[in-house]
Amino acid sequence: MKKLVISVVLVNLLAACASQKAPEAAAPAAAPASVAAVTAPVVEKAVVVDPLNDATSILAKRSVYYALDVDAVAAADKPVIAAHGKYLSENPSRKVELAGYADERGSTEYNLALGQRRADGVKKLLELSGAKAAQVSSVSFGEEKPKAAGHDEAAWSQNRRTDLNYAK
Amino acid sequence: MLKVLKMLFLFGLLPAAVAHAEMSIEIVGAGEHQIPVALAPLGGDAKLAVAINEVVVADLQRSGLFRIVDNAGKTPHEPSEVSYPEWQAMGAEALSIGVVEILEDGRISVKLRLLDVLKKSPLLGEVLSAKETQTRQIGHRIADLIYEKLTGDKGVFSTRIAYVNRLGEKYRLVVADSDGYNEQTVLAQNEPIMSPAWSADGSRLAYVSFETGHAVVFVQSVFTKQRTVLADFRGSNSAPTWSPDGKQLAMVLTRDGSSQLYLINADGSAIKRMTFSGAIDTEPCFSPDGQNLLFTSDRGGSAQIYRMPLAGGLEQRVTFGEGTNYSPRYSPDGKSMVLVHRANGQFYIATQDFQSGQMQLVTDGGWHKKPSFAPNGKMILFASEARGRGILASVSSDGRVKQHMFTQTGDAREPMWNPHF
Repeated sequence: MKKLVISVVLVNLLAACASQKAPEAAAPAAAPASVAAVTAPVVEKAVVVDPLNDATSILAKRSVYYALDVDAVAAADKPVIAAHGKYLSENPSRKVELAGYADERGSTEYNLALGQRRADGVKKLLELSGAKAAQVSSVSFGEEKPKAAGHDEAAWSQNRRTDLNYAK
Repeated sequence: MLKVLKMLFLFGLLPAAVAHAEMSIEIVGAGEHQIPVALAPLGGDAKLAVAINEVVVADLQRSGLFRIVDNAGKTPHEPSEVSYPEWQAMGAEALSIGVVEILEDGRISVKLRLLDVLKKSPLLGEVLSAKETQTRQIGHRIADLIYEKLTGDKGVFSTRIAYVNRLGEKYRLVVADSDGYNEQTVLAQNEPIMSPAWSADGSRLAYVSFETGHAVVFVQSVFTKQRTVLADFRGSNSAPTWSPDGKQLAMVLTRDGSSQLYLINADGSAIKRMTFSGAIDTEPCFSPDGQNLLFTSDRGGSAQIYRMPLAGGLEQRVTFGEGTNYSPRYSPDGKSMVLVHRANGQFYIATQDFQSGQMQLVTDGGWHKKPSFAPNGKMILFASEARGRGILASVSSDGRVKQHMFTQTGDAREPMWNPHF
């Protein structure tokens, strides 16, 4: 069983590397020098480059934002969550914690519940895209720990979100 | 300086500020039927007399029920020294006199008399004593005695409040006197603290702490500071509130899906799910008779207040009309509730009588959250904002007198009035 898992992981890693080549090849001028400098001397490490670490990948997007009092992921963000779900299904050893937040309007407890519902909504979408339940956990901070400190829509729009925090 | 402030108090037109090292207080407004009361300076230790008088005046003033009559330089300390016609002419209906002294063991002792100026007769006579560091407490007790004698309701000036102080990423759970002074830190940490809730006897606080990375409910003694985990299930554990007999708490868990109400014994045993709405159900509050829960739910599409009988039965919506509503708390007599009403982008503190179903706004619109009644039901403590900071505020239940309390640093949030006298 263990062997099987390991081989699956390896296949996935290879697949991930292969799929990662495409965008790099399509945009050779992006940062070829630095990529070469980092990857070329250490050939073994280059094999395990994780698409999560690719700043140009859709997986680089780790936050989704919401309108006031809304907990459903916006249509525009659904491909992002789907990509993370696919990544998780292809990398079953990876785990992600979803952290839901709300802006400061409403009561602190209502906002805690709203943040939880936002995070749980993302969890369901990840699972629909192939992530296993055990790979995904969700927490809410509600209006606590705001990303933006202001008391206006500019700040509030930053604080209504779910973050995808991958375990290191 | 003090004289100027006193004049502002007397005219009642301008917000008056009492400067202090830890706190500053602003009082706005006045009650409709104020009892004119004169406070003759206490005899004895002059410095103590001034310190105590300041507390008594501020307490009576913020209740909104009293007008402090200037003593015009008269300083009787014994009933035999009181010339009633003079006090009548000054408009006083009651007069307090007395003497403060430092006893041999260092304790402070106050002999206090309250006199009925119209009937020319004594209303009460008491001897109060306290540790030398407790001049404010003695002031609060004098104000409580005067308040109870003249209004018929128990005073709440000696009661305590809890709130959360946030300074950057530092959070402190604080208990303090009802005017915000004399604060003590129950818990200090670098993760958020939310929703402190007093047990009915005032000995314990339940609250939400994020110290382990998610919302967990703790119970802590305010005296021994000993703390235990009450609920630590996956997801959020939050919104604790005590039953009147102290044996149970209601709270919110997301372990089975959405935020739903649960009952749990105070020792953490016997968890029972109470709501099955699939919506957000939160902020439970026991009725004083322990028979019902008020709570916030968005099951109807927006956040509104609902009530459910604990013995089972229909969960009924109790707020209607425009806007959304949050954070219900029963009045001590169980006949009404205080809540947060949000409309047109503004937050109001409101009360609603259960019989009439009528909602009454007791604050102007602004940033007002998390109200709770004083144990006598006559005042409401809530979180507000002024000058870019989170502050504590109180309002008389009729909405006439408001008070802002500025803590020295950071934001004051999530206040809760101790229900215990």
